[in-house]
Amino acid sequence: MGKTNLLLNDGQLLLLLLRRSKSSSFLQLNFRQSKAKMRPILMKGHERPLTFLKYNRDGDLLFSCAKDHTPTVWFADNGERLGTYAGHNGAVWCCDVSRDSTRLITGSADQSAKLWDVQSGTQLFTFSFDSPARAVDFAVGDKLAVITTDPFMGLTSAIHVKRIAADPDDQVGDSVLVLKGPQGRINRAVWGPLNKTIISAGEDAVVRIWDTETGKLLQENDKEVGHKKTVTSLAKSTDGSHFLTGSLDKSAKLWDSRSLTLIKTYFTERPVNAVAMSPLLNHVVLGGGQDASAVTTTDHRAGKFEAKFYDKILQEEIGGVKGHFGPINALAFNPDGKSFSSGGEDGYVRLHHFDPDYFKIPSI
Amino acid sequence: MEDIRAEALRFNIDLSTVDWNAVRLPPGEDAGIKSDDEDLNEEDSLEFDAGFGNIIVVDNLPVVPREKFEKLEGVVRKIYSQIGVIKENGLWMPVEEDTGKTRGYCFIEYNTPQEAELAKEKTNGYKLDRAHIFAVNMFDEIEKFMKVPDEWAPPEIKPYTPGENLQHWLTDEKGRDQFVIRAGSDTEVLWNDARQVKADPVYKRPFWTESFVQWSPLGTYLATVHRQGAAVWGGASTFNRLMRYAHPQVKLIDFSPGEKYLVTYSSHEPSNPRDTHRVVLNIFDVRTGKVMRDFKGSADEFAIGGTGGFTGVSWPVFRWGGGKEDKYFARMGKNVISVYETETFSLIDKKSIKVENVMDFSWSPTDPIFALFVPELGGGNQPARVSLFQIPSKEELRQKNLFSVSDCKMYWQSNGEYLAVKVDRYTKTKKSTYTGFELFRIKERDIPIEVFELDNKNDKVISFAWEPKGHRFAVIHGDNPRPDVSFYSVKGGKVSKLTTLKQKQSNALFWSPGGRFIILAGLKGFNGQLEFYNVDECETMATAEHFMATDIEWDPTGRYVATSVTSVHEMENGFNIWSFNGKLLYRILKDHFFQFLWRPRPPSFLSPEKEEEIAKNLKKYSKKYDVQDQDISVLLSEQDREKRKQLKEDWERWVNEWKKYHEEEKTERQMLRDGEASDVEEEYEAKEVEVEELLDVSEEVIQDM
Repeated sequence: MGKTNLLLNDGQLLLLLLRRSKSSSFLQLNFRQSKAKMRPILMKGHERPLTFLKYNRDGDLLFSCAKDHTPTVWFADNGERLGTYAGHNGAVWCCDVSRDSTRLITGSADQSAKLWDVQSGTQLFTFSFDSPARAVDFAVGDKLAVITTDPFMGLTSAIHVKRIAADPDDQVGDSVLVLKGPQGRINRAVWGPLNKTIISAGEDAVVRIWDTETGKLLQENDKEVGHKKTVTSLAKSTDGSHFLTGSLDKSAKLWDSRSLTLIKTYFTERPVNAVAMSPLLNHVVLGGGQDASAVTTTDHRAGKFEAKFYDKILQEEIGGVKGHFGPINALAFNPDGKSFSSGGEDGYVRLHHFDPDYFKIPSI
Repeated sequence: MEDIRAEALRFNIDLSTVDWNAVRLPPGEDAGIKSDDEDLNEEDSLEFDAGFGNIIVVDNLPVVPREKFEKLEGVVRKIYSQIGVIKENGLWMPVEEDTGKTRGYCFIEYNTPQEAELAKEKTNGYKLDRAHIFAVNMFDEIEKFMKVPDEWAPPEIKPYTPGENLQHWLTDEKGRDQFVIRAGSDTEVLWNDARQVKADPVYKRPFWTESFVQWSPLGTYLATVHRQGAAVWGGASTFNRLMRYAHPQVKLIDFSPGEKYLVTYSSHEPSNPRDTHRVVLNIFDVRTGKVMRDFKGSADEFAIGGTGGFTGVSWPVFRWGGGKEDKYFARMGKNVISVYETETFSLIDKKSIKVENVMDFSWSPTDPIFALFVPELGGGNQPARVSLFQIPSKEELRQKNLFSVSDCKMYWQSNGEYLAVKVDRYTKTKKSTYTGFELFRIKERDIPIEVFELDNKNDKVISFAWEPKGHRFAVIHGDNPRPDVSFYSVKGGKVSKLTTLKQKQSNALFWSPGGRFIILAGLKGFNGQLEFYNVDECETMATAEHFMATDIEWDPTGRYVATSVTSVHEMENGFNIWSFNGKLLYRILKDHFFQFLWRPRPPSFLSPEKEEEIAKNLKKYSKKYDVQDQDISVLLSEQDREKRKQLKEDWERWVNEWKKYHEEEKTERQMLRDGEASDVEEEYEAKEVEVEELLDVSEEVIQDM
């Protein structure tokens, strides 16, 4: 029970506890100022808007992609820049890191996806395509990767499955499987449980599940309850059992990975560009704003660029973290659930470590 | 509706994307769907008549032989092309077949019905010569005239049937108020069920109106605006169409304060681009639907005062005076104010009131008195003045001359007791202005005038508002980015300041209709800051924000406030409902949100004494409601708990299922990971690890002396 409002305003963390009391039909307000004030860490390394953020499994490294051409890796605890991966010739849209944190895969508008050695930053392999690459995701076991390509110059969008060789010298560029069908861009494609399926979503607002064995389309989401506009983002739960999609229709939806049943819907006032789920608490975070072209240049508040926290089960908004000077394009939770980072159109990555009070937010 | 859906499904049509107004069935075809528009067919025959509305019939032309045909045609063409552009081959003069003589009439087709209308108006009765006086009629009307029976028959008297109780909504057991919202193509009326913290739907209709909706001032009717005219809706249980008012291309509507009359306005593009727009105004009787009077003219005649308003016309063109009795209405023209009375719908004494250079006028909300403002003339030789006129005597009750005035604005208190005139005067250098107020005490003998200024008279006045039915007013003033707000009282024969609030983020004032409470709002540049202020206690009850709010409206009882973000912004569209003291009760988001309007209530029937008695013994009266409140809140928290429990159970079912799957797939997953045993990432544990770091080691030799 209880509704909690968490406000992180440019470094100041204020916790408002809105508790529904039994005696009154209205909400009672209790203000409580937290003792410890955690300042978010501002990481300025990119010159262009951020596109994607990814923590490694240990939660000590944070990988960021941006419209500039160099993905960057940071220390996840203090925001120190560790290095960059130079080689792409266009905006980098997405990345994934292997379970053992040795391999990084990136998808870029330069019509390629690249494999990198995380530690040394050397390019191991380049998958070349005839159109820009968008989403990338390693399968369980890191022996397969899914890469989506955009529709381009008459080509339709496609989902490619590549085998990832243990030894980079054995790596080949051939696709194991190519899936086609969805209209428009495929903004996200991820592996389903046990690599048996691939879940994709994109501009046509439909979430699809494909069989990775046969390449057949297994399921499309129920049109009645599905998104009405472009799906911009997708985040899987840690165990892969469910996933969250964010859409420009100003909502995010939680689906079962196996049955594609809609479980929850979270409504917000703005188009959703980025979503994340806390691995620790029943919280989901939505980030967004408006089209970059529609952002008023004078007042950053006009866009209200806030990462919004929702109770995963009750679907109620519980708080927000402000700070970005542009729409939020990327969100990621540290696997320990104690910090999260957001990447904005403003070129900043903001790394937020939660206050102790955050963990005291009562849930039902 | 079900069968329509099924039908649509068969043709693969997404019903939600269909613009019903754009659907045109072939004539006589209803596709098996019965129209719910009971008098649709009759209406069409009335208004459109298959598109002959732009044809006129000119009768009483001379009958001429074939030789003179050309000449006559030339004459007729000359006369009628002055009024509007005659369509190509739009003039047709029939001739007798055997003799070749004309038949003494002709048809003329214009491009628009308006031109035809104008031609009829201007040339009916036109004297070509002594023997030939034109009789001009609309082609559409000919049939009607033909149908007139030769014998007079007494009209049939219909037995009286009692109508619905149009004020049924006032008898709501819970004493709730209604409001109408317009979002996307839907228009919806809802109850504000504040105790249940939600809105309860009453009636919803897609494409109910084509531009906007408006409540009548006493809340009886909801008016909708369509291409063909306006309509009013109401009823005891739902919203039925009660009356229609035909006015093609109506743009604006306005009710008289007692909602007896409806003024409709349209402006029509001239076919000759050099001409000004033509303006048509109709005044309808709301209940009978009859046109009581119409006004037609060029836009120039109705353009007054200049700034603001609709294509040069400041709306409402007709301002209603004399309180809720709807006795008088007036319009300002060049150097005149024309006051009409509704008994005959003609000018009082058949004359307008001549006032040279009148700039603005404003009726008292309760009495047949209006105030007018005339600016300075002749470079300051003739002072500016504010005058009060009484109607119907047209007697000047009071006049005040003002010097070096740049602008004037008049603010009536809602009971018509006071009139505040904000006067902007030039400083000596004429480079800047400062503001003063002239306060007229209308109800006192001889109408005393008091002059008062703000503490700092150079302050710019941003907003001014009287307390409804009260004796106080609020002013936002100052040149700072954060202006000050001051409250004054005019009680006791003198203006006295109550308090000044410094440096507020506000630029608009919204008094509760019951007085006492006010919202200091910071709209536009202040992003929707709200401060709920109690003027009796001089204290702030709450501050809040409705981000990007564009509109604020109190409900008619002063219990709740609605703040809304309309579609001027792309984002955040929707509305919030607050209690009078600034507690957010609920919020509803709607894309493409256009309008939020509380349904007004007619004035209370309680006498002032009774109202006072209730206020005194509020405890006694409120007991009943407290119990209800208690019940509802118990019920609500019960429901809430129930709902949460349900949600939690549902969620746990999912989680358990996932856990089961996860367990089952464990070995398979391990195989995929080359036998890596653990699934540790799922049972992540956070450990506190203390790390000691050696920062610096230095050796110092301590010399032992």
